[in-house]
Amino acid sequence: MSDPIPWLILLPLLWGLLSFLLGVGRGGRLAIVCLVIQLALVALLVGQVVAEKDRYYAVGGWSAPLGIDLHVDGLASVMLLLTHVVILPLGIYARSYFSHNVEGVGYFWPMLGLLLAALNTLFMSADIFNIYVTLELLGLAAVGLVGTAGNTRSILAAIRYLLVTLLGSGVYLAGVALIYGSYGSVALAVLEPLIENEVSVAVFLAAILMLVGLLLKTALFPFHFWLPSAHGGAPTPVSALLSALVIKASFYLILRMWLGLYAPLATIQAAQLLGGLGAVAILWGSIMAFNQTRLKMLAAYSTVAQIGYFFLLFPLITEVGSEAAEIAMQGGVIQLVAHALAKAAMFAAAGVMILSMGKDDIALLSGISSRLPLTLFTFALAGVTLMGLPPTGGFIAKWLLISSAVSSGQWGWVVVMILGGLLSAGYVFKVLRQALLPAAAEMKFRPVNPSLEWPAFLLTFISLSLSFASNNVLNILGAG
Amino acid sequence: MSVNESLLLLVLASSLVPGVIIFFLPESRIRLRTLLNLTGAILKLLLIGYMLWGIQHGQIYILRYNLLLNLELVLKVDALAALFATLSAALWLLTTLYAVGYLERSPHRSRFFGFFSLCVTATVGVAMAGNLFTFFIFYELLTLSTYPLVVHRGTEAAIRAGNIYLIYTLSGGAVLLVAIIWLYSLLGQFEFIYGGVVAVLDSKYSPQLQIIFLLLIIGLGVKAALVPLHGWLPQAMVAPAPVSALLHAVAVVKAGAFGIIRIVYEVYGVEYLQSMNLLIPLAIAASITIIWGSLRALWQSDLKRRLAYSTVSQVSYIILGVSLFSPVSTIGGIVHLVHQGIMKITLFFCAGNYAETLGIHKISEMNGVGWRMPWTSIAFCIAALGMIGAPLTAGYISKLYLNQGAEIADQMWASGVLTVSSLFNATYFLPIMYRFWFKTQPQTWVQERIYARGRWETHGLLLIPPLVSAAATLVAGIFADTDWSPLYWVKLIVKREYLL
Repeated sequence: MSDPIPWLILLPLLWGLLSFLLGVGRGGRLAIVCLVIQLALVALLVGQVVAEKDRYYAVGGWSAPLGIDLHVDGLASVMLLLTHVVILPLGIYARSYFSHNVEGVGYFWPMLGLLLAALNTLFMSADIFNIYVTLELLGLAAVGLVGTAGNTRSILAAIRYLLVTLLGSGVYLAGVALIYGSYGSVALAVLEPLIENEVSVAVFLAAILMLVGLLLKTALFPFHFWLPSAHGGAPTPVSALLSALVIKASFYLILRMWLGLYAPLATIQAAQLLGGLGAVAILWGSIMAFNQTRLKMLAAYSTVAQIGYFFLLFPLITEVGSEAAEIAMQGGVIQLVAHALAKAAMFAAAGVMILSMGKDDIALLSGISSRLPLTLFTFALAGVTLMGLPPTGGFIAKWLLISSAVSSGQWGWVVVMILGGLLSAGYVFKVLRQALLPAAAEMKFRPVNPSLEWPAFLLTFISLSLSFASNNVLNILGAG
Repeated sequence: MSVNESLLLLVLASSLVPGVIIFFLPESRIRLRTLLNLTGAILKLLLIGYMLWGIQHGQIYILRYNLLLNLELVLKVDALAALFATLSAALWLLTTLYAVGYLERSPHRSRFFGFFSLCVTATVGVAMAGNLFTFFIFYELLTLSTYPLVVHRGTEAAIRAGNIYLIYTLSGGAVLLVAIIWLYSLLGQFEFIYGGVVAVLDSKYSPQLQIIFLLLIIGLGVKAALVPLHGWLPQAMVAPAPVSALLHAVAVVKAGAFGIIRIVYEVYGVEYLQSMNLLIPLAIAASITIIWGSLRALWQSDLKRRLAYSTVSQVSYIILGVSLFSPVSTIGGIVHLVHQGIMKITLFFCAGNYAETLGIHKISEMNGVGWRMPWTSIAFCIAALGMIGAPLTAGYISKLYLNQGAEIADQMWASGVLTVSSLFNATYFLPIMYRFWFKTQPQTWVQERIYARGRWETHGLLLIPPLVSAAATLVAGIFADTDWSPLYWVKLIVKREYLL
């Protein structure tokens, strides 16, 4: 166990398989134990990265260009750590959630193992073909999770999601083929210097194909159409996973390639285009979220809006002074982390309220503030993070992003970010307001197990503490 | 961490910790909840009292925490912070007592007191913030923690008021954030310093600094209820009486006014603002607010709404005093921060008493109420006379210094504004007092809920707080020249602000 890297891939595959054999109860318990171990492994790995900069691992002892390289730098470390910090409380939550007699537990743990293995590999991949494989795996596992409930609606959502994810990775693969055809290699380390020298038409085309494929998976407006039904229709622990982590994976790849492989193509025009789409996503997602009558759909549309926020990063890091770019990068990464924690918490809290109400309907929330104060508090704090108000990680992110935009004189994006924050306040307070109303006389709330409430609270608490620990996150980021 | 550093955290914790515990208490644990609240309030008062003593003896209370590279959280108690923190802590104690009596038997008390404590934590945080970044954090926290208090009753009117409150304050907060970040991008990291910090910048940045000043005033003006940004304040009246009392006397409006004081003296510096011709526009905005608020108050038939418009007007006394270029008017402005607080809280306590005891909300229903509730009415009259500026009250001292300051600064028009406003104050308060004592009582009150028992005209916990704050109004007026009065302390502050 001297090197944690292979174990981060093998262990989830292993417990995923075993939990299939062991059945739901024991399988779930095994998964939780293994998630704790994995968290420790990630901590070990992050420690190594901080101490000795980038970590490489050649699979099977064969390094690129013949074999497969795995590579962990600062950004990858942050993502790995984030994934495990989010997934452990969600695992505990899921165990309790499925014990409340909710359909769809059957394949949850095996699929979760597969998903986690895919995510970990994706973050560590150092070649574009390997990335394709992990994307495909991730997509299939996610589709499986969406469909676990087994009812018509979730199957429909899963199938729609399946088509999108297959299309996305297909388009991406076409781009990979073009690159391989031109240069005969798929390793990032080999390709980067080649592309830096000259940008051929094939490379340009490949970049566009790969970008579109990844945008589809990230659900940036106008590719967001599949997200609300998939995220809103899945069992709650799955919704939380998808919104918090899975869409981040493809965004992570876009960011990676923007900064690395396709840096010569990362022009200000392209950045403005992505930023513009992001702005529309913020506006559209927020308005749609505000119009929802179901809690989980509201949270799902909020994800559509928040994805828009991530893409505002591109104009802020492209062709501006290095200091402004660095601040923006820091802000963007903290935004990713804060959103993952907050959105997981928000979905989890929404799930608790829905269980208690017996139905997913915002109008029925009246009176829940005295029945589930902790959960409502969780939801509220997660909402405050999304609004980017203090004292949360979301605020630190917003501070950094706006600082960067101000210092590079990009006032348009400042306005977009400020408006985005106010719009998110609109839909968050729509829920809180309803929850603070006195209960209707005929409303009966079902009691909920505290083991559901506390993991959700833990997630939001971490996002709160992030405002005091952002320096540590940035230290990890700066390590690679 | 040194003793002085941990004191700062303790001041915050003394309301934060009880607040958090109270959230988790069941409704029925009334005694424990009250005990926690009062312990916290008294502890906070003691801690701040100790710091007041320390500041006079040259102690320095500052705590810096490096959040990011070039981004520090700074808590600092200087003379100005101590003034505002003392006011907040003292009035929190009074309001807590009042609220315990007021909310007897009403639902959701744990939630109420939890947010109440958070609200005070935020206010004291605003007072102790040592730079704009920290200030902003507590300023927004104040918005978030007061919202549940405004909508507490859950009625349709409360929800509507809550929406309006959020729209105003969150938008104001957003403008403030942009302004602060812009300023940080020009100056790098800076703290509040006597005399201001922006004067070091090259004169080519002056236009930017002017825009930033405008944005800062807009952002803070929402909470300080500067016309035309005051629309939320009269709406927020639907909140329970203790909330209105705290909102109008210390928490929200004062946070805005306090922020403006910090901006004028410790970010821009009064000399610099004068040289940029930015003080006069601020004084004019304050004057318009003073007159407009008083005028609107005249037309209100609901007592709490009349008081709300009176707040709009009175808070701008502070801003007017601060923006006239003379130390004497500054004394008048800053001391009014305290004086307006104790007078206004008295008035709101009394209004709450009439509503709770007799079901009276409208001024037309108050005939002869002085004979039914003498103590409450005496307290009301003292505070109202104070608002008018009658001698022997705290309000007299404020107006005296403001007027003198206007004279010294050679801005006689400002003293005209104050005179007109005093006339209006008299016009909307004196008829109420006349009704109290010289009109005959009706046969039955609107809805008598608490009956007189012996000497007690209403619930004891509802009576003591207004009597204490009314007494404070007199004490602050009569003993203004002693060296433990607010006035004395404010003179100390102003000496430092003007670098004298």
